[in-house]
Amino acid sequence: MSEENMNLTIKAWRQKNSQARGNFETVKLSNVSPDMSFLEMLDVMNEQLMKEGKEAFAFDHDCREGICGMCSLVINGMPHGPDNLVTTCQLHMRKFNDGDTIVIEPWRSAAFPVIRDCAVNRSAFDRIIQAGGFVSINTGNAPPASTLPVPKANADRAFDAAACIGCGACVAACKNASAMLFVSAKVSHLSYLPQGKPEAQKRVLAMVEQMDKEGFGNCTNLFECEAACPKGISVEFIAKMNREYMCASALYAERVYSADA
Amino acid sequence: MKLESNIPGGPIAEKWTRHKFELKLVNPANKRKFTVIVVGTGLAGASAAASLGELGYNVKSFCIQDSPRRAHSIAAQGGINAAHNYPNDGDSIYRLFYDTVKGGDFRAREANVHRLAECSNLIINHCVAQGVPFGREYGGLLDNRSFGGAQVSRTFYARGQTGQQLLLGAYQSMMRQVAKGSVKMFTRREMMDIVLVGGKARGIVVRNLISGELECHEADAVCLATGGYGNVFYLSTNAKGSNVGAAWRAHKKGALFANPCYTQIHPTCIPVTGDHQSKLTLMSESLRNDGRVWVPRKAGDVRRPSDIPEAERYYYLEEKYPSFGNLVPRDVASRNAKMVCDNGLGVGSSKRAVFLDFGDAIKRIGENAVSAKYGNLFQMYEKITDENPYKTPMRIYPASHYTMGGLWVDYNLQSTIPGLFVLGEANFSDHGANRLGASALMQGLADGYFVIPYTIGGYFAGNKLDKINSAQAEFVDAAKSSKALIDRLLSIKGKKTVTEFHREMGHIMWENVGMGRNKAGLEKAISALPGLRDEFWKNVNVLGENASFNQNLENAMRVADFLEFGELLAKDALYREESCGGHFREEHQTPDNEAKRDDDTFCHVAAWEWKGENKPHELNKEELQFENVHLMTRSYK
Repeated sequence: MSEENMNLTIKAWRQKNSQARGNFETVKLSNVSPDMSFLEMLDVMNEQLMKEGKEAFAFDHDCREGICGMCSLVINGMPHGPDNLVTTCQLHMRKFNDGDTIVIEPWRSAAFPVIRDCAVNRSAFDRIIQAGGFVSINTGNAPPASTLPVPKANADRAFDAAACIGCGACVAACKNASAMLFVSAKVSHLSYLPQGKPEAQKRVLAMVEQMDKEGFGNCTNLFECEAACPKGISVEFIAKMNREYMCASALYAERVYSADA
Repeated sequence: MKLESNIPGGPIAEKWTRHKFELKLVNPANKRKFTVIVVGTGLAGASAAASLGELGYNVKSFCIQDSPRRAHSIAAQGGINAAHNYPNDGDSIYRLFYDTVKGGDFRAREANVHRLAECSNLIINHCVAQGVPFGREYGGLLDNRSFGGAQVSRTFYARGQTGQQLLLGAYQSMMRQVAKGSVKMFTRREMMDIVLVGGKARGIVVRNLISGELECHEADAVCLATGGYGNVFYLSTNAKGSNVGAAWRAHKKGALFANPCYTQIHPTCIPVTGDHQSKLTLMSESLRNDGRVWVPRKAGDVRRPSDIPEAERYYYLEEKYPSFGNLVPRDVASRNAKMVCDNGLGVGSSKRAVFLDFGDAIKRIGENAVSAKYGNLFQMYEKITDENPYKTPMRIYPASHYTMGGLWVDYNLQSTIPGLFVLGEANFSDHGANRLGASALMQGLADGYFVIPYTIGGYFAGNKLDKINSAQAEFVDAAKSSKALIDRLLSIKGKKTVTEFHREMGHIMWENVGMGRNKAGLEKAISALPGLRDEFWKNVNVLGENASFNQNLENAMRVADFLEFGELLAKDALYREESCGGHFREEHQTPDNEAKRDDDTFCHVAAWEWKGENKPHELNKEELQFENVHLMTRSYK
């Protein structure tokens, strides 16, 4: 064991399926390199478990470069762990110390039921996008790309919001399990751009309605979501969504925002 | 087998227009009577599902992830090419076509590449209309940057997250169709088999990854958009779940596999740190716009990079290729990095790395401007390596990234199985032996948005399709053999884990079938793989049961496919006695170590046909004609 390598105690949430009762399982790991990513440490743990004839600990992951939004662990009480602006897959073991006990739990929210261990079902997010998180444009309909200039500041702001990876850390961090940061990011992204304007009001009303239906809580301005967000999505977008929602609600009576309303 | 490419006649610039007119149409009211299965939800799959749904077809879409927004297209950083010529620097559809054929080292199909170039501008128009937040100038219009293998700036980008933004655009369009009911989404499903009825692709068997249940889905046509096979090397820039399974199972049912040896090793990845490594992270090629690649001139120079004076630095790309400099194509950049490291000039603790230095760029345009262009990449580098690339040069090394080979398709993107279409990275057709940067996104979206909506209509209108249902024998049999495969894996209860096998295989592939290939090495791989495969089927340890969320089992099936496929890749590399693009045979190089093609013998597509378990593949050839971009030696000097 090299001098820097660590011995760790992992307490991981195990739950056979969505109906089963879960519990923490403790695993001792030795010789963990500080250069490992957190998920590589879990790979090592799983190899060790399987060698002992135990089933591997289930967790979602895919790209392992912080962009797909699939990885989702609450580590020592913090979604995506103790580092700032990273997903679990980009968290590295150098953020931990020899002898640490690390507690790993799934995203906790009624709207994200556990599938197994720490893998959860986030299809509620897809249904919120289905409610209106798009621009209604069919392939082939588009005007030339250069016809509509967009002020750089607006394009940049739209991008800041569009950077959301849909991981759900905002929900996991919120004591109300609110999805306001996720929803507001999509609402803001599209409403900052001229292409998203025609449907902006309809969109915000439909997406918020679906968000409520899915069982996510409301926002009480604690900003835990922003702190947990691996992409640094700002709570200012929640404020923007609230303004958009208010205007849209007021104009809803006039039904001016959409031909098919 | 006679391979009919079905390339339309006429001048290159008119082929696609003429073909679109000649394709038979499906009446709008009849479209809803046809069901299309799309497997995979990356750029190609999501754009295909959205567009086909918009046209009125019944679409069933499948992905292995928890949401269709996560496929690995999302990780593409740099950009997407188009021939809009907004910078007024001489670009045109023809130039994009020309650069792509040349970049592919004359091993792509001219007609497909020209169509790709024609579609490129439509893609940008469409994505802007979807709300993709591309980078813009202060005047509000779209900005471009340059990429390897081109001397014009034609790459559109959304910071360092272009793939993410394009995929979210396609995903959102697809979600709109889901809400309308024209697309039905099935997440966490893995394709186990493709089902043929009367010789035509009529459905698939999938495993529900949560319950383990095998589900049969019937359709009138099947589109595979299941990506590439870079994980055959174990370590690659691909997502952990990326696999060759769907393509390989289709191959075993009769779809030919073309040019598997064309693999792209990307020059700018973060080097390996140890055995625990599970994947490699790419640093966008766009970094080569401003970063300068170098190594110390003296072998064994362990001084800090800042202590090495200018005169003792070897900017090998700039010296060897003055006209393209750091922006040579990926295959050239990768090979040169390997060469300097083989010569002992490598840096870092492993000595398998070169510097990518932003010192000059920061002096020239300032740290803020560098950060605005590449901020997220710099942050990613720092998080992984614990080094600050604003202060000290990045260390990079090539890694397996993209695979140009794939299932053989004709001009309509149809494989050798009627009714089975293959889109995006999963097919072979557009990139030849080397893909230029920013053209994968272009191809995935061209196939999904602008090609398949036309060609699938031609298939439906021109073929009589019998009524079938998923309870009939062909489906039942396919489900039974899938179940048998699962049961067999679970019954082995051996000693080695799936990952141990995958890592061992990856080592064989990388050492012998990686960046530099030679006869002895390839033969070594070809003889080692069957043994490893036998050991896998005797000694792999797959725990748990089928009827559960069992990631170990999923992984075992993927590795089992790779173990078979890897051998075909090595055999193709052995067969191709020439060097071209990403396929570098050490026996075939020029005196200054450039790839040496053999156009007299190998100007063809090698499409391999499965003849059954333990029987050798049969080679089929499609001759390539270069009528517009004439065969020449690629030079970037």
